[in-house]
Amino acid sequence: MRPLSYTRASTVDEAIATVGGDSRSAFLAGGTTEIDLIRLGVTRPDVLVDINSLPLKEIESTPDAGLRIGALARMTDVARSADVVRRFPVISQALLLGASEQLRNMASMGGNLCQRTRCPYFRDGVSPCNKREPGTGCSAVDGLNRGHAVLGTSDDCIAAHPSDVGVALVALDAVVHTLGPSGARSIPIDDFYLLPGSSPEVEHPLERGELIVAIEVPPTPLAERSLYLKFRDRQSYEFALVSVAAAVDVRDGRVADVRLALGGVGTKPWRARRAEAALTGGPATREAFAEAAAAELEPAIAHKDNAFKIPMARRAMVRALDQVVNGDAR
Amino acid sequence: MIGPARAPVSMRVNGEIHEIELEPRVSLLDALRDHLSLTGSKKGCDQGTCGACTVWVDDRRVLACLTLAVACEGHEISTIEGLATGGDLHPVQSAFIERDAFQCGYCTSGQIMSAVALLKEGNAATDEEIAEHMSGNLCRCAAYPHIRAAIRDVRDADTTTSGRA
Repeated sequence: MRPLSYTRASTVDEAIATVGGDSRSAFLAGGTTEIDLIRLGVTRPDVLVDINSLPLKEIESTPDAGLRIGALARMTDVARSADVVRRFPVISQALLLGASEQLRNMASMGGNLCQRTRCPYFRDGVSPCNKREPGTGCSAVDGLNRGHAVLGTSDDCIAAHPSDVGVALVALDAVVHTLGPSGARSIPIDDFYLLPGSSPEVEHPLERGELIVAIEVPPTPLAERSLYLKFRDRQSYEFALVSVAAAVDVRDGRVADVRLALGGVGTKPWRARRAEAALTGGPATREAFAEAAAAELEPAIAHKDNAFKIPMARRAMVRALDQVVNGDAR
Repeated sequence: MIGPARAPVSMRVNGEIHEIELEPRVSLLDALRDHLSLTGSKKGCDQGTCGACTVWVDDRRVLACLTLAVACEGHEISTIEGLATGGDLHPVQSAFIERDAFQCGYCTSGQIMSAVALLKEGNAATDEEIAEHMSGNLCRCAAYPHIRAAIRDVRDADTTTSGRA
């Protein structure tokens, strides 16, 4: 690994000032992606500012019955929080279906939001990759792209977003609270994740030195009936080929309210707004679920190896909706 | 700010304090193996995929290859070398021998550090749970059935570490 300097921030202000004032520096939280990518030569900071001593680990209910998750809360702690399990099961399930217990013990929630793609051309450190070296081209478009995205892609990048919990948070309209050199901001999570467009190297609207301090989930009673369904090449410890976060409120056989998001298929955690619009007010039937799923995947663009994700995502959406509505185990 | 040159670092490993000099880029795994001669923790992938380097930091199982040693100052590190009590193996170590839960042995220290943690976490009630919560430890010899048997044995022998708290 290339040489690094290290400092431990003792206050949030100190961390922001240090990273904000030095373009060679980066925050260090759980390190599960960051240390990996530095060792691979993909990212090249000279200074790491360790933020793990900062008081940003609380998981608490907000006065309006929402949820506030400190940016340094570990994935394990959020997943095992009795309050999260009861009121936001989709968040707990998404966390527990991601990574391994060791990684979940290390990885922070703020860090998870900044997780980088698993695209092998990004990670190999040498292939042309617009995300790693802007302007060099995308090796995946005409390369091995079985794991890549079918929604939200551009000519410059088709890398799939790897997060599981990000999918649940996007479904629930979470808000990302930050502090930075220009003060405090609250960013709706769907705006926090940027589409690649012509600048895939820019993944978030954060300025230098801007630090995620908390993730807030608004009060969402329908989330008590929610689930995360994930399909992958192995039974455990693998990134999603397709995943679905779903929460549905059914009244008198009709969909009164619904939240749906997809993982594994988008260049960002993918809020399924087309499907939500198709479902809302309509019958809670498998036929309606299938029509809504088809509407969501209608703009999908397949490449050489990943066309299978489109029907797989449709079926996964139907199954997730069916399970959350009917409590159907299969 | 320290580094990139070597700087003094104080590490507490298996209850013993070590004052050593390290570059900040050194991983906890390399510090244990190359600076403290604690070679029980293994380097398999060095990218957080295999689990062979599993140790505990403050009693939580983590991956030593993705942890910077310098970031562990002020924390308690536990490795496989600290698991036995004097000459008595930890029950999970004994169960791995009894159940023949390894072939080449390279992943074994990570498997055992993970398994002991799993039993404390209380998520080992069924084989499915054991498989799920041990999935971060790969065994290329595929000794998984015997590893699960060893974990079951310890779970069932000691009600204080049973599958459900």
